[in-house]
Amino acid sequence: MTRALVNVPKTAARGEIIEIRAMIQHPMETGYREGLNGERIPRHIIKRFVCKYAGEEIFSAELFPAIAANPFLAFTTIATESGTLTFEWTDDRGETQTASAEITVT
Amino acid sequence: MNDRPNRPTLAAAIRAVTGDAPVIEGRVKFEIAPLVENGNAVPVKIEVDSLMTAEAHVRRITMITEKNPQPDVAVFHLGPRAGRAQVSTRIRLATSQVVVALAELSDGSFAISRANVVVTIAACIEDLSRA
Repeated sequence: MTRALVNVPKTAARGEIIEIRAMIQHPMETGYREGLNGERIPRHIIKRFVCKYAGEEIFSAELFPAIAANPFLAFTTIATESGTLTFEWTDDRGETQTASAEITVT
Repeated sequence: MNDRPNRPTLAAAIRAVTGDAPVIEGRVKFEIAPLVENGNAVPVKIEVDSLMTAEAHVRRITMITEKNPQPDVAVFHLGPRAGRAQVSTRIRLATSQVVVALAELSDGSFAISRANVVVTIAACIEDLSRA
């Protein structure tokens, strides 16, 4: 689909609260706009985002057309163990895009 | 953009989220500029005063608008593993209006915060798809 960017600290101390940032390239077409021909441009947005840490969901979001293009999300989690964080975005057409990042927890 | 007769009022949109649960003012810190030039990407940060323990945490943060074509902006699901109840994103505002952040706490009650935002260039009005 498109480009996704995620930002997770490479290392953290166990129990530390870390900030995670995720952004994906997407038009987030609202469905409320009209094109040059006067016809409504169909809605096409990312509607769901999920972040999992070592397989367990730690954060998710339902998004609506009022989220700006190239949706950006920042949230926090407690560094519990070394492992993989996975990110998944799903849009109106059912297309999904994934990204992942490794963290080492000491 | 705001001439949509079917759009629920802000009060109705809040009630659709909270139902009959108690709603308290405060505890939610809503960072959003009071005056924004460009309604197409308005940075927002929501922080809820919560220890985020297994017993007492924020389950859900919902953002709704007063005058966008539809009230819903986003629903964030979090839990004690978040450590802090804090979320940032960028939103669209079709016009100057009130934006509301509602935090659902683990006891089923809600905390609410409202922000009044003046928008000088609205989202949705012009074709900014090429911007």
